[in-house]
Amino acid sequence: MTALPPFQTVLDDHATAVMAILHGAVGRDGAEDCFQETFLAALRAYPKLKDDRNLRGWLLTIAHRKAIDHHRARGRAPVPVAEPAELAAGDGMPEPDDGLWAAVGALPPKQRAAVALRYGSDLPHSEIAAALGCSTEAARRNLHEGLKRLRKELA
Amino acid sequence: MSTATAKAIEGLKARAADDGLLDIAYTTTDSPFGPLLLAKTRRGLVRVGLPNQDSDELLVDLAERVSPRVLEAPKELDEVRRELDLYFAGKLDSFDLPLDWRLSGGFRQRVLRAINWIPYGQTRSYTEMARKAGNERAVRAAGTACGSNPIPLVVPCHRVLRTGGALGGYGGGLPMKEALLQLEGVLDESPAS
Repeated sequence: MTALPPFQTVLDDHATAVMAILHGAVGRDGAEDCFQETFLAALRAYPKLKDDRNLRGWLLTIAHRKAIDHHRARGRAPVPVAEPAELAAGDGMPEPDDGLWAAVGALPPKQRAAVALRYGSDLPHSEIAAALGCSTEAARRNLHEGLKRLRKELA
Repeated sequence: MSTATAKAIEGLKARAADDGLLDIAYTTTDSPFGPLLLAKTRRGLVRVGLPNQDSDELLVDLAERVSPRVLEAPKELDEVRRELDLYFAGKLDSFDLPLDWRLSGGFRQRVLRAINWIPYGQTRSYTEMARKAGNERAVRAAGTACGSNPIPLVVPCHRVLRTGGALGGYGGGLPMKEALLQLEGVLDESPAS
């Protein structure tokens, strides 16, 4: 096993992606706190990490858990996403209109996360599965259901 | 990176420090010789990287030998930077910084601790340092200890010369050693090598 790189490298490489996911999952107001919770948990566990080959999947798994904690703490699942267009511009992501993001924000958590991971971060199904802690097939199904619902909402 | 992300990272580093998760904080700072890498643990200053050394390699080495919880956190090194700035301006003749010696063991650490007592503007020989570290015959090993000094400038290995006054070596290159000795008033403008 090779030694783990300095954590700063991990932060430099993945901060933007983690922030984008969290914007999608919890909205702008919650994203900063979830972002910090995610990287604090990662930093705490980092020295014992056995394998540094899929750091992004590992971080996104933690981010997903923190997003769920956030929703649990607030006592309601779906939240509307606040002004996502600005984030999209800032992070070089495509600029969806507000209606679309609001609809994504209103999806059930797993579907919403699957859609955000697929189209916000361009992750393959296998990595979405890792981030959601489910099988590839379940990830595919969540994505499919999420998209189906979006099409119906926005039609 | 967006400003929102940058702001979240700032807050993250403060929280990491509060939670005791910042095992190694580092920054780079300017000096008359070029950029220096400064790295500290909770014990104290653990590494100073000279301009001719590769910062990325030094950080990878720290991650491997001390802890991979390495984060760039300039505020944590404010005092180190302040004292170095004063030193380069000729306004500070003794550093008052906690040091973390863990990167040097055994004889090497004893040599470096002895070097740390050499006063500003004075020099000692490698032989003397070997004797102070407990083995007068290990002059070559004392030289190696100087060459591997993880905390140069603050632990003043530039004040160690060969018996007779020849400059010997320096990790940052001999011109830097000459310039430091000139700054401290040990050498005239034309070096004695």
